[in-house]
Amino acid sequence: MTATEETAAESAPEKPLDWLGQSIKRKEDDRFLAGRGHYIEDIDLPNMLHMAILRSPYAHATINSIDTTEAAALPGVVAVVTGELLAQHNLAWMPTLSGDTQAVLATDKVRMQGQEVACVIAEDRYVAHDALELIDVDYEPLPAVVNPFAALEEGAPLIRDDKEGQTDNRVYHWEAGDAAATEEAFLEAHKVVAVDTHYPRSHPSPLECCGCVADLNPASHRATIYMTSQAPHAIRTVFALVTGLPEQNIQIISPDIGGGFGNKVPVYPGYVVATAASLLLGRPVKWIEDRTGNLISTGFARDFHMKGELAVARDGTMLGVRVKMLSDQGYAYADAQPSKLKAGLFHIVTGSYDLPAAHVVCDGAYTNKAPGGVAYRCSFRVTEASFLIERLVQNAAVELGLDPAELRRRNFIQPEQFPYTSATGFVYDSGDYETAMDMALEMAGYDELRAEQQRRRTEGGKLLGIGLASMTEALGAGPSRDYDILGIKMFDSAELRVHPTGKAILKLGVRHQGQGHETTFAQIVAHELGIPPDDILVHEGDTDNTPYGLGTYASRSTPVAGAAAAMVSRTLREKAKKIAAHLLEVSEDDLEWEHDRFSVKGAPSQTKTIQEIAFAAYTNHPMGMEAGLEGVHYYDPPNLTFPFATYVVVVEVDPETGEWQPIHVVAIDDCGVRINPMIVEGQIMGASPRASPWPPCRRSPSTTTATASGPTSWTT
Amino acid sequence: MKQSITVTVNGQSRSAEVEPRMLLVHLLRDVFRLTGAHVGCDTTSCGVCTVLVDGTPVKSCTMFGVQVDGRSVTTVEGLAANGAMHPIQEAFKEEHGLQCGFCTPAMMLVATALLEENPDPTEDDIRWAISGNLCRCTGYQNIVKSVQFCAEQMRQASAGAPS
Repeated sequence: MTATEETAAESAPEKPLDWLGQSIKRKEDDRFLAGRGHYIEDIDLPNMLHMAILRSPYAHATINSIDTTEAAALPGVVAVVTGELLAQHNLAWMPTLSGDTQAVLATDKVRMQGQEVACVIAEDRYVAHDALELIDVDYEPLPAVVNPFAALEEGAPLIRDDKEGQTDNRVYHWEAGDAAATEEAFLEAHKVVAVDTHYPRSHPSPLECCGCVADLNPASHRATIYMTSQAPHAIRTVFALVTGLPEQNIQIISPDIGGGFGNKVPVYPGYVVATAASLLLGRPVKWIEDRTGNLISTGFARDFHMKGELAVARDGTMLGVRVKMLSDQGYAYADAQPSKLKAGLFHIVTGSYDLPAAHVVCDGAYTNKAPGGVAYRCSFRVTEASFLIERLVQNAAVELGLDPAELRRRNFIQPEQFPYTSATGFVYDSGDYETAMDMALEMAGYDELRAEQQRRRTEGGKLLGIGLASMTEALGAGPSRDYDILGIKMFDSAELRVHPTGKAILKLGVRHQGQGHETTFAQIVAHELGIPPDDILVHEGDTDNTPYGLGTYASRSTPVAGAAAAMVSRTLREKAKKIAAHLLEVSEDDLEWEHDRFSVKGAPSQTKTIQEIAFAAYTNHPMGMEAGLEGVHYYDPPNLTFPFATYVVVVEVDPETGEWQPIHVVAIDDCGVRINPMIVEGQIMGASPRASPWPPCRRSPSTTTATASGPTSWTT
Repeated sequence: MKQSITVTVNGQSRSAEVEPRMLLVHLLRDVFRLTGAHVGCDTTSCGVCTVLVDGTPVKSCTMFGVQVDGRSVTTVEGLAANGAMHPIQEAFKEEHGLQCGFCTPAMMLVATALLEENPDPTEDDIRWAISGNLCRCTGYQNIVKSVQFCAEQMRQASAGAPS
């Protein structure tokens, strides 16, 4: 090294750190901390009207008549919308994201308690609610079906008599795996253990309810619809199809979202009525759902009745699993599942185990309950599957007299078996399940816990319960060959614009609800291009200004849109290389990339930083090259991704009362590369307590009789 | 019939003509355009509308606007001073005490009221103080840590301050 080079090296700024894997503080926090988040209810447009919804007190009833005279006459009321009015515009029914239909406002019948029956549009929110009291609906109650087994019985009341050709309450029948091979495996079994359980209905219950502000400008013919949507692009397409408005004239803006957890994926009647009302009245219309409405009418989760059987050999080797599952869909099939997979990814039910044979039979039934079945803090229906297989493994351990950890150890898919094709057709990418479990056991002090458990059993006092679960989750939908919503393939997208001053804006087709995208995705670009995260604005949730994408749910944003962000960054880096070669007057082959700059090989002082290159892209780009440093990438993942985990939960149980209390939770998750460990851990710490209501079988109560009218629900 | 009220909001005197039935949260949000207090339920359950009335945490969906006539209200917009974040805001950022941000303003106001009364709270004290406020994102653990961090910072600052 020459003296000149040494001096240059010494005075060169410190190499920037790699932003990947850094727990940097969240970029989005400042506005939330200042109370300057911009949520749906904060949107206030000039001349705006307010909408309130009248809901059915009955789970199943014929509507004889709706008298809106008094409500319409109340000063301040601008309009009262009923299903009859919507039917005149062919808007009384709308498609669901699973290809079924759902009423916007009831016309003939109500089919669930809390169903939308009429809407009041008024100058003031208080007046709108006053007017609801003045609407007189004449209902004739019908027998309600709130149990999916009863719904499928011969002679059960037909819930969807509006659907041509629908003669019973069956929504779908779907199978996965190999029935014959599984049958054979069961013949070889030393023992068959069974679980017959109901994974109860629950509600994601984000703290912010749903809402929208629809602004159809009669002069520009544009519809600007602010909406609490986790999937604004897909919703725009559905709105174009439902309303007949040209898609380019619909702008869906999903502002800051106060939690979603799957609840804000479906299309809800309130959105459609507010939009229709704005169209008819020529004024902005705001609808903010109340909590009661949110709990009783919007996307629930779970509600699977599952019968599982696990065949095991004498030494504990798992031979096969078979499942018969009945899903309570409510009165419409509105799960937002990939269209090929009626029960989502429930067939991941073989879990983390080398199970050579599996057969899964899933049926869905209509009942007089709210539709939904959303992916609540998980990939599509994976939680239900994990619960079932882990219960089966626990029962098998008890019946075989084996320690549950030992039984898992004997059956885990081994690291050398990956890529591993499961009996139901998933191709698991990688995993090291035993290491994850060993880490969890060690952190929990498993051996000491077992000894303590034994001691307490003999000495009395509070008992110790030790729960163990290993999980493999299939997520990141998806490869477009298998995954779509209403035919729209489940890719996702990223557009990156690097401006002349070296600052950038990243636009994505997904929409976060607290997951930290504004930080995480900036870190991905920072990792690829060396632009510090503080210099990158991440923009989501505006269909006019972001590339098309399927949205944020089912644990798909980072694996799909995050990959798109990396891919578009790499494309820009390739262009940057050409510009650097031009600026440094060398061949591209003579350049090497490090962190945030291209340097000439062997002459490290000859460099151009990404910021210098960005400036040149607009001021001094090579002749014949397009100006600018911008790009867009649509990423279609080749496969799902398969993170895994082992959790240990220790509870104390009062033997006198049965009361129990968790005292220690250990979570070992392998999610792949941690882009921001602080955010990853925050997600896990936030999700874990949500699991606690299921073991004691807390559930969202629903109507049990046709006349039940008190809205009752609780959340998990 | 509307009533005239005068309220001190974040240190400033504000007047309004409001219907007696207007809730405090709507007075703050719709009349004064301070949208940091949110609405998450209709049953006084979730606590995201919490503000301080004369220093005491109050669920503003369960109080009428006319009831704060002549009183003092602090909202999240009143936490930062002279362009600098309040220590509780710094703490929530530091300890990742927020995700979607919807419950955060209320959580921070409850925490400041607690620390005003008890500068050295135990974990149980903190959990008791926030027990009227729901969060669906964080699992509460980092909220507790944020309050502990803030308490520590404030104690250090007051120990270092000239007496």
